[in-house]
Amino acid sequence: MIEARGLSKRFHDRKRGEIRAVDNVSFTCHPGRIYGLLGANGAGKTTTLRMLATILEPTDGTAIVCGHDVVEQPEKVRANVGFLSTATALYPRLTAQELVEYFGRLNGLDEPTLKKRVDDIFNRLDMNGFRERRCDKLSTGMKQKTSIARTLVHDPPVMIFDEPTTGLDVMTARAIITFISDCRDHGKAIIFSTHIMSEVERLCDHIGIIHEGKLMADGTVSELRAKYAEHNLEEIIVKVVGPLLKNSEA
Amino acid sequence: MNFRSVATVYRKELTEWLRDRRTLISTVLVPLLAFPVLMVGMTSLMAVMMNKAEKEIPKVMIIQGENSPRLVAALQASKDLEIVPYADDWKDQISNKQIRAGVEIPPGFDASLSSKSPLTVQIHYYQGEVKSEFAARHVEDSLKSFRDDFVKERLEANNLPDSLISPFKTEKHNVAPAEKVSGAALGGLLGYMVILLSMTGAIYPAIDLTAGEKERGTMETILSSPLSRVDLVLGKFFLVLSASLSTAILSIISMGTSFYLVGHSPAMAQKDAAVFQLHVGLPTVLSVFLMALPLAVLFASALLTIALFAKSYKEAQSYLTPMTFDLNPKLALIPILSTSLVCKEIVAGTFHWNYILLILLSSSVYAAAGLFLAVKMFQRESVLFRS
Repeated sequence: MIEARGLSKRFHDRKRGEIRAVDNVSFTCHPGRIYGLLGANGAGKTTTLRMLATILEPTDGTAIVCGHDVVEQPEKVRANVGFLSTATALYPRLTAQELVEYFGRLNGLDEPTLKKRVDDIFNRLDMNGFRERRCDKLSTGMKQKTSIARTLVHDPPVMIFDEPTTGLDVMTARAIITFISDCRDHGKAIIFSTHIMSEVERLCDHIGIIHEGKLMADGTVSELRAKYAEHNLEEIIVKVVGPLLKNSEA
Repeated sequence: MNFRSVATVYRKELTEWLRDRRTLISTVLVPLLAFPVLMVGMTSLMAVMMNKAEKEIPKVMIIQGENSPRLVAALQASKDLEIVPYADDWKDQISNKQIRAGVEIPPGFDASLSSKSPLTVQIHYYQGEVKSEFAARHVEDSLKSFRDDFVKERLEANNLPDSLISPFKTEKHNVAPAEKVSGAALGGLLGYMVILLSMTGAIYPAIDLTAGEKERGTMETILSSPLSRVDLVLGKFFLVLSASLSTAILSIISMGTSFYLVGHSPAMAQKDAAVFQLHVGLPTVLSVFLMALPLAVLFASALLTIALFAKSYKEAQSYLTPMTFDLNPKLALIPILSTSLVCKEIVAGTFHWNYILLILLSSSVYAAAGLFLAVKMFQRESVLFRS
């Protein structure tokens, strides 16, 4: 389970002064559920996900991931999380198998378990055709599969996806969406950020809309539809964020 | 700190490092081949050129020798010179390498030999042109032998012994042991080279493992693993240190081989070869490396820290490249200079233990501070996610 409790992150910029990238964000995601974090570019989605993955440390507040505090026990949190984003690239000079094994070892898997896990994942994702190929020689689709294998190797109960389909072709994006859906079916708690509404409609059980670091709306898809009297998710976002944009422009 | 994690990171970095063609070129090929090719090639070429110049019988022109037949005859009799007929453009001929030198004999030279005011014979040559310089030397030798014969003749005419012109002889003997001789010549070079090369060898991997990782987008991947930042820095640090030391070791082996080859090359004259004779044993080389080890640690951690600050490979290169030029004795930081100097003494066979311990200690403190800083930098989000 993931529980964000008043997560906040402030950065200091020489020109603009203090920036509140994330401001007092709280939400919960249960096992077997997908929480969609939506918002414009620069709204604070990536910073929130990075704090949940303990890549960044919160300035205030905290989050509990699988019973571990992201501030107090970041390494234990990371051992329970699989993090995938467009910014998580692969090591070009390692083969697909070496890369997955490397992350398995870093996650503390012993050699027999690691071998079994790697074989399972490579069979499941149909990766045996390129397991000995270097990552810099892989196609985009192969790279995405290797990234997925990397996040899955330690079988984490929590998965965090930050715009995982950005820049991918239809087939590869579809494979990723199917994979995320499979993860939910396997009982994992999933946080997912995207700009593509069809993906949200297909995957998300619960939605959070974030704007200028603040969580402006939070609820199940049906709850939000009822609250804003709109079926279209895009229109719901416009209704939530639109008035705020007008205020800030005024 | 988890040793297993550090070893895992180190092994992975080593695999990637060895698969990088640029690494093989900068760390293995260049140090291994550059010295032998440069030294053996250059010295052999020079030796061949010198031998050729020495064997040539140079064309020499006599200027104004009409009323000095005795000296002209002596020069013409010399086996080392080929006297060519006089021409007005003798200066141009020397410059154009048609003749090698000119001997200008002042008017009335033969007659002046008996007088008390000696005249000056001038040798004209092309300075910097090896064959012309050899020709001038041959002319000088012929003139000296002419002078000696003349003096001997005069002494005999007055019934005086030859020993009058050289009442005693001088001889030079080297008493310094062979390792001190080579130590004086190469000691500074060895220590300096180990320091310089250990830094040069660390630059590329330090950039690749920090700014390179940021640029390739793998930094966030590794930060999302349960690996602690300390273990991550240490794994990377040990790889940079390995690269740094292996570059230095390979370069020293290559340098030693080059000196050996040059010193034992048949093309080299015996007296020149003595300069290249290495009398440096393995314990000496190990001592130099031991002294340089804290510095290599300092370099590895300092380079990692600086390169991590950079956003891209290019930016890191511009930060680090000037550092190699700082390393000359005039500008070097005191700990680097002191290590270089003490290495020179070690190669020369002198162990100033008090200084050695002091320098080892101070360098280790600097190294520890450098490593501490590297770890701290890896814990700063503003540096890791600098954009």
